Amino acid sequence: MNRIEIKGLTKNYGDTVALDNVSLSFDEPKIYGLLGRNGAGKTTLLNLITGKTHATKGSITFNGEPIWENDRVLGKIFFMTEPNLYPESRRVRDIFRWTAEFYPAFDLNYAAELAQRFELDSKKKMKELSTGYASIFKAILTIASGAEILLFDEPVLGLDANHRELLYREILANYGEKPKTMILSTHLIEEIADLLEEVIIIKKGQIILKQPVEDLLSSAHTVSGEASKVDQYSQGKSCVSEERLQNFKSVILFGDVDTSLAKSLDVEVGKAELQRLFIGLTNA
Amino acid sequence: MILNFDSEQPIYMQLAEAIEDDVLKGILEEDSQIPSTTEISVVLKINPATARKGVNLLVDEGILYKKRGVGMFVTPGARRKVMLKRKAKFYESYVVTLLEEATKLNISHRELVEMIERGLPDE
Repeated sequence: MNRIEIKGLTKNYGDTVALDNVSLSFDEPKIYGLLGRNGAGKTTLLNLITGKTHATKGSITFNGEPIWENDRVLGKIFFMTEPNLYPESRRVRDIFRWTAEFYPAFDLNYAAELAQRFELDSKKKMKELSTGYASIFKAILTIASGAEILLFDEPVLGLDANHRELLYREILANYGEKPKTMILSTHLIEEIADLLEEVIIIKKGQIILKQPVEDLLSSAHTVSGEASKVDQYSQGKSCVSEERLQNFKSVILFGDVDTSLAKSLDVEVGKAELQRLFIGLTNA
Repeated sequence: MILNFDSEQPIYMQLAEAIEDDVLKGILEEDSQIPSTTEISVVLKINPATARKGVNLLVDEGILYKKRGVGMFVTPGARRKVMLKRKAKFYESYVVTLLEEATKLNISHRELVEMIERGLPDE
């Protein structure tokens, strides 16, 4: 079993606290969603997990071994970074081969197969790739890396709807073939909500939530209807978000549904959605 | 297998229902193998654990059964079982909501009966 354990992790950039005493672990091979608003600390966390930057305080271990400058351990983690860090004049196929040198489990045939499915021309140079194809190229590297932990930072940046769907399917197929820890960080919450088993929400450098998606969604519900009645229903309950349109109001509440109260007040109860919950939980 | 993502139910329950629908329609025949959870997960773009949970729900109800090392199969007699289960829920799922909406719209009992009769095929 591969376990990443993060303890008391803090990262400062000058006066800015990017991560604030974060403790968190990834114990099981699941598909995790790492969600947060811009500047919340998602990329900083991923950079720290892959030893790309040094923590100000705290520790990160992989199966008990510190990851910092530990090539053996870092070789088991593949990070699809958001910026394209590969040399501009290099061709796609060169970097496939080059990656195979560093990641012995990298599957060149699988990478070529994926490139074909996405119609990525492997003769193209890095600088010739559009934003979308740069994302596709990096995603293929990650999926074919054979690493045991895959981290994706904004994997669908610039991808059209067809390619986004194809990528989600390839990620699921790869996981189905051999379950591994996958961490997806993206702003397109609605699209990936059903792909995730567990969700981690980060806000201003702190983890505010880590929970199986299904548990989270079943712990909340929406209530809508005439504003004063919705207010009556919401009284004493924990409200995450509210929207109002004149006399109509819709809220998301944590806690069990009170069916008889909803019926007597004539308000409508519905299921909570991850994106609306996220917005409610991360609004300033 | 089609999921109705607007449904109020959790996805694993929607999946179980979608499989039941396919059994009812004969798309999945009794004693035939159903797709693997990985295939279901990829095609419907849902987490494999969710897919497994939906399938297991039907195993618990005896609608599907597991052949070790092979996969999941539709239990003989599953179609009848699904039909009986759906019939038992029919009043709750359809009649109650129908009456609620009718009340909202001030539809009289007579109008309601007339509408149902209009919708019935000629016998």
